Amino acid sequence: MKFVLALVALVALAFVPSFAGPYPLGLGIGVLGYGVLATAWAMFSGPTRYISLATVAFFGLGAYTVAVLSETLPYPVVLFVAAVIGLVVALIVGLATLRLAGIYFVIFTFGLTELVRQLVTYYEVNVTRTLGRYVFLPLGPEHIYWQLLALLAATLGMAYWVRQSRIGLALRVIGDDPVVASHLGIRITRTKLTLFSISCVIMTLAGAIQAPRWTYIEPSIVFNPTTSFLVVIMALLGGPNRLFGPLLGAVPLFLLFEWLSANFPNHYSIILGLLFIAIVFVLPNGVLAAGESLWTRLSRREART
Amino acid sequence: MTTISRRTVLQGMGVSALATALSGLPVLAQDRTAIRIGYAISKTGPNAAGAGISTTPNYLLWVDDVNKAGGITLSKLGVTLPIEVTEYDDRSTAEETVRAIERLATQDNVDLILPTWGTGANLASGPTFDRFGYPQLAGTAVTDMAPDLVKRWKHSFWMLGGGHDYAEALVALLVKQRDAGTINNKVAIASVADGFGIDLSKAATPAFTEAGFELVYDKTYPLGTSDFAPVISEVAGLGVDTFVAFSYPPDTFALTQQSVVANFSPKVFYLGVGTAFPIYPGIAGPNHNGVMGIGGIDPDSEALAAYFERHTALNGQAPDNWASAVTYASLEILAQAIERVGDIDREAISAEISSGEFDTIIGKVKLVDNQLRSLWTVGQWQDGKFVGLAHTERAGAREPVVPKPAWVPAA
Repeated sequence: MKFVLALVALVALAFVPSFAGPYPLGLGIGVLGYGVLATAWAMFSGPTRYISLATVAFFGLGAYTVAVLSETLPYPVVLFVAAVIGLVVALIVGLATLRLAGIYFVIFTFGLTELVRQLVTYYEVNVTRTLGRYVFLPLGPEHIYWQLLALLAATLGMAYWVRQSRIGLALRVIGDDPVVASHLGIRITRTKLTLFSISCVIMTLAGAIQAPRWTYIEPSIVFNPTTSFLVVIMALLGGPNRLFGPLLGAVPLFLLFEWLSANFPNHYSIILGLLFIAIVFVLPNGVLAAGESLWTRLSRREART
Repeated sequence: MTTISRRTVLQGMGVSALATALSGLPVLAQDRTAIRIGYAISKTGPNAAGAGISTTPNYLLWVDDVNKAGGITLSKLGVTLPIEVTEYDDRSTAEETVRAIERLATQDNVDLILPTWGTGANLASGPTFDRFGYPQLAGTAVTDMAPDLVKRWKHSFWMLGGGHDYAEALVALLVKQRDAGTINNKVAIASVADGFGIDLSKAATPAFTEAGFELVYDKTYPLGTSDFAPVISEVAGLGVDTFVAFSYPPDTFALTQQSVVANFSPKVFYLGVGTAFPIYPGIAGPNHNGVMGIGGIDPDSEALAAYFERHTALNGQAPDNWASAVTYASLEILAQAIERVGDIDREAISAEISSGEFDTIIGKVKLVDNQLRSLWTVGQWQDGKFVGLAHTERAGAREPVVPKPAWVPAA
């Protein structure tokens, strides 16, 4: 039943570009893009509680791969190469850092974005001697929308599978108490590395798919740290430990950002800052969790009366 | 207590989502009481400084000038209408720029859209302008790709040339100085490792070599560098008469100040973006005199002098001496094209911009292949003005002063 519903929703969403105008379609692309990133982020960071700020490092790598290879390779191959690059970087980074915990991991991932950005810049400046790159692919907004929709469906499917499988359980144990997990015989590093890699590959693909929308790509455009922060706040708002939590955070927040920037262009940053504080204070476990606890409290009250 | 605030937050979310949905409804009654101009400009983020100097003040000035003169005449409709502005902040991100233009074109249904600041952002918004058929007059984009871009996007107009224009003009100017015996054959180039610096150094390096100059130093430095002492001390020991930095505003200022401190005073001292800013003389003090840079103006033009006065009166700051005048001129072109067409017919307006000749503050202008090819390329501070030494189409306004005066040591 659930699967049928999901399939119907997917098909219905696939028909959006045929009747939506360019602006709603642009919104759709934004919502899907952030939906994918937030879901992928929560897949690893939700259960382990490792706050990663490296989202945009992988996102940017994907976009750059498309910019570099789009003229020489067919598009599907480019996407595949992007995924492989994302995987390789995730493995290297994961092996080096997943033994870190808490704030050290946060700082490291933030630094990673800057490191990747500087490496790309260094390479472009000293080896290819171009910095801006052009992506001229015959892909309209509707194509980007469809690809993102497919990627979102795949991401949700993957997240669903992880939740059901042993690896998901193992990850939750690690998140609750790594010492207990290791005593239970869970191979901590391997488990974390697997999930981290899957999550990073999805982020890389999200960047690769959206690259043709910008035409012009340079490090400051695709490695924008704000993206990483937005993804975290979206996942936290919706609730990173639920399947649809990150998505439910991404959709309203994205629309809210859009509404704010359309109506309060001069106060956007101030309102955004207040909003972030509000989310952390008022909804520390996300909207879904807050809704559930509200529900249980209400029904308990009813039971008492 | 907490329950209430949670509910309030959720309600707030609901209201805002609803409002977003409502704002998506198209404007039904198109009563024409004004010409509606929209733009998304970087008010926050890394591009805000550049936009705040070269672009936004000119948009404000143009709207003010046009409205004070009564507006723009649409002869086919028999009305003269003022300009009404819808503005957004693109927060210096390409994603937001693209979406803001989509919003302006399809939600606000503005008549015309003005571009944002910077090369990258203008390239990123090219396909969107083109898709909706709005003319894009990119006054602050420097790209050698312009000849290809105009084929791809028929409504795009590139007003600030490409890296080759500036680099080759500089080399040509220096060749004359060398042949006259005023400078030696050695050149040092330091470029910022970012789009602008790389584009220019990529064009300049072969041009210098072909002209027979000896490049004794040609390196990049990372964006955001603030300590240039190592660069300056290395270059100072190489015996160069010409120091060229394809730099960005904070570096341009730092390079000047640190060269003064190190008393590295080559005969030709050339810097990139920022040299032409009105604040440069304030930062460099007496040492601004004789410094060369990208851009320039015609110090003898009365129209330009009047523009400088109006700009300063309205915005409280003088325009910069490179892209500002070009940006304002591109708006004059737009207004004249609208009046000649006599209606808001974007196809016809684009065609007119492409083929017509216009009277602007930078003189009579006719675009070549949708590009402004009449540009000041090298400028120098002389007597408080950043005068043009080299122009793509005419002779320089002034002769270069080489060697530049020695630095006055910092007090």
